[in-house]
Amino acid sequence: MKISIQINEGPYQHQASDTAYQFAKAAIDKGHEIFRVFFYHDGVNNASRFTLPPQDDRNVVNQWAELGIKNADGEPELVVCIAAALRRGMLDESEASKNGIDGNNIHPAFRISGLGQLIEAGIQSDRLVVFGD
Amino acid sequence: MAIKKFMYLNRKASYGTVYAIESLEVVLIAAAFEQDVSLAFVDDGVYQIVEGQNTDGIGMKNFSKTYHALGDYDINKLYVSAESLEERGLTEADLMPLVYEDEDDDWAEKPSIKVVSNADLTKIMSEQDVCLSF
Amino acid sequence: MLHTVNKSSFERNSLQSCLNIIDDTSVILLIEDGVISAANNANSSMLAELATQGRVYALQGDVEARGISSKVADNIKLVDYAGFVDLVVEHGTAVSWV
Repeated sequence: MKISIQINEGPYQHQASDTAYQFAKAAIDKGHEIFRVFFYHDGVNNASRFTLPPQDDRNVVNQWAELGIKNADGEPELVVCIAAALRRGMLDESEASKNGIDGNNIHPAFRISGLGQLIEAGIQSDRLVVFGD
Repeated sequence: MAIKKFMYLNRKASYGTVYAIESLEVVLIAAAFEQDVSLAFVDDGVYQIVEGQNTDGIGMKNFSKTYHALGDYDINKLYVSAESLEERGLTEADLMPLVYEDEDDDWAEKPSIKVVSNADLTKIMSEQDVCLSF
Repeated sequence: MLHTVNKSSFERNSLQSCLNIIDDTSVILLIEDGVISAANNANSSMLAELATQGRVYALQGDVEARGISSKVADNIKLVDYAGFVDLVVEHGTAVSWV
């Protein structure tokens, strides 16, 4: 099946991202396709390339990156909502330079896009599962 | 492309957390995709559409007016749990008068809010293809 | 439908709200802190009837993490993440009660 995921909470603060990751990994291992993972609300913080968790604990951002969730064109399908991201100071290079900010923090395994991507995921997938708080 | 039934499940009040305003933003974008959209207001979610919100004292944006725009976007199925209202000492009269214009009835103005029992909500929910929670 | 509940019934009303709306064939999967509702405690009656019907599941990893493996009611079915995926595939629309 084509399964999409929505994640509403940031890494470490809530278990949502961890549960979603374990679910996604299990789905992939079973041969399902993860069509898209959409990060909304504080979930956008899962895309930060600056996190430095302690060595003896899991690295939530890298775990997501290592799943290699991409579409047929090789673009990431770990999608961060642009409105939620900007509000919370999560910027890619393009948004940073557009807005005169001298740095960007979105991990390359993620891409920023609009809320329409969430709706599209709901339309195109067989299942959409939400992880939040 | 087949039309899917999308339900937006709102269970939290506005302002204490971001979920109400950001879920409304999803709904407004969703309008462009011409799917079959319903909103459900359950538990404290009913407070999102209470009339008379004034945020001057808390320094936050009052976005309650935005719910009035839903009718213009063909989003006119706003289901409100009767039990959730009653538990909170609210009635339909406490809610914003959200309306839409019915193109199949000479553009007559009709209420978008439908107060329903949990039993009715059970049936409505069981028909949905996609349910988004915030 | 598959209803997931991720908060303890002692912390939030999510489980009760879910039970108010669940139909006759849907199932509940308790995840994260929601597994606390799978243990024998003051709130056990909430899920008793559905559990008897075989319609209540709990994520095993979350049960073990919280040290309550020995407390979970016998008729609540433990699943791993692969089992979670199977439930999503089998039961159609997923509703998340947070």
